[in-house]
Amino acid sequence: MLKIVNLSKSFNKNSDNEINLFNNFNLKIEKNKCTAIIGPNGCGKSTLLNIIGGSIPLDRGEIILNNQDISQLKEEQRAIYIGRVYQDPSMGVSPSLTILENLALADKKGERFSLKKLIRKNNIDKYIDLLKGLDLGLENKLNTQVKFLSGGQRQALSLVMAAMKHPDLLLLDEHTAALDPKTSKLIMKKTMELIEKYSITTIMISHNMRDAIEYSDRIIMLDNGRVVFDKPSVDVTEEELINIYREKLAQIVA
Amino acid sequence: MTLLITSMEQGLIFAVLAIGVYITYKLLNIADLSVEGTFPFGAFVFAKFISMGINPIISTFLAFLFGTLAGLLTSTLFTKLKIKPLLSGILTMTILYSVNLRINGKSNIPLFRYGSVYDLGLTLLILGIIVLAIKILMDVFLKTEIGYLLIATGDNEALVKSLGENSNKYKVMGLMISNGLVALSGALMAQYQGFADITMGSSIIVVALASIIIGDTIKKNSNILKGTTRAIIGAIIYKIIGGVAIDLGLNPNDLKAINAIIVIAFISYNNFAMDIFSLFRKKEGKESVENSKPIKEF
Repeated sequence: MLKIVNLSKSFNKNSDNEINLFNNFNLKIEKNKCTAIIGPNGCGKSTLLNIIGGSIPLDRGEIILNNQDISQLKEEQRAIYIGRVYQDPSMGVSPSLTILENLALADKKGERFSLKKLIRKNNIDKYIDLLKGLDLGLENKLNTQVKFLSGGQRQALSLVMAAMKHPDLLLLDEHTAALDPKTSKLIMKKTMELIEKYSITTIMISHNMRDAIEYSDRIIMLDNGRVVFDKPSVDVTEEELINIYREKLAQIVA
Repeated sequence: MTLLITSMEQGLIFAVLAIGVYITYKLLNIADLSVEGTFPFGAFVFAKFISMGINPIISTFLAFLFGTLAGLLTSTLFTKLKIKPLLSGILTMTILYSVNLRINGKSNIPLFRYGSVYDLGLTLLILGIIVLAIKILMDVFLKTEIGYLLIATGDNEALVKSLGENSNKYKVMGLMISNGLVALSGALMAQYQGFADITMGSSIIVVALASIIIGDTIKKNSNILKGTTRAIIGAIIYKIIGGVAIDLGLNPNDLKAINAIIVIAFISYNNFAMDIFSLFRKKEGKESVENSKPIKEF
């Protein structure tokens, strides 16, 4: 379970442009559930994910993951418990390395890296099985450099790499937004399969209302660093969300 | 024939330099200008130790070790003090200029009366063994877990962090190995030419880049040639071209400008054209691009 307690974060401190994004923000994310966070641009959803992941430091507050406060850990220390998939398919992979090399690196996550050979033959079957699960034929391209893969293929690989060591928490930052609708749907499906298979607690940011409703267990809407909507996905309709969005937009325009 | 042999010998000395710069420029994606100071630094460190009566092999190895310290300085400047890598390199280079003058108290040290690693046998053979040993060690290192993290650091730092590793550690490591090799190359050069001189590092980065870029142009899209091999071949071709040009009457004073022009020509060629050999042998060129072809659409 993830608990965010009294989180505060402001930007451009002590200047005219100071923005108090989060002010004593609290949130609980249930274990083994997929929670979708939606909201207009600038509402703080990406910042929240970056604060949890450790790439943006917080001003005050605690982030408690499975009863441990991780807020003082560095990004790379948190990464041992947290898997992330970014919007940009290149962010989760090493483009000049091959699929096999990328998977072998991900397989060592959180362990001690040494002067032993990275690629070990007896692990290859495990990687092939993982790739077969994606149904993209990547298992036949183990020795292809990742830069030659399409965005969707790269994102699928990023996903497998982020999830393969069964992290306590998976952060999906609009991870299908840069893909075409068909590929996006496929990656969403594979994401859900992996989350279910490994029972990973997941937070997913999305701009796609339909995806949020279809794939998550709970939907949270943020606005200006506050939770303005919080319901189990089964009780939410797309229309309802769109109406709230319209209201918010109208407020901004007004 | 003599021209070819001297060009090969010098090419092999520069191959050590090129492998060093390959680590920062190609693997870590950092333009490390400190090598302009590290190259003569290696020469002066060697001169210091050899004049103290230390064995040439040990003196050469010490030059490598001191070179790694120069890399440590540059990498500390940009990982800890957050100075831009380019400026960090320039600052180290500037510091090393003074350090180099201080080491022996002079800007030129003759080394003729001391022993050198070339006393062990045929110069070309000794250099060949040194370069081959470095190449094999580097290739093996780059296949280890740590080696792959070094490559991944230059490729995508976010990935290295997501693996629970501090990417700065690998930048420091890369810069240390790189500068160690550059200093080693400087020490080998000093022994070869019989003196260490404060100017021997000037625009050496261009020589290193020229070697790497020429090496890259050979069968551009093929994965068969390793980066280290390319750097070595590039350095040798570069030296042969330079040797022939001077032999044909090129004024040595113009050499630096020619170096820069070679770099400009090859970089622009790489940016705008395909594999140089595929122009003549289309089939082989296609073979190597095979990787990019079968992208499954979904």
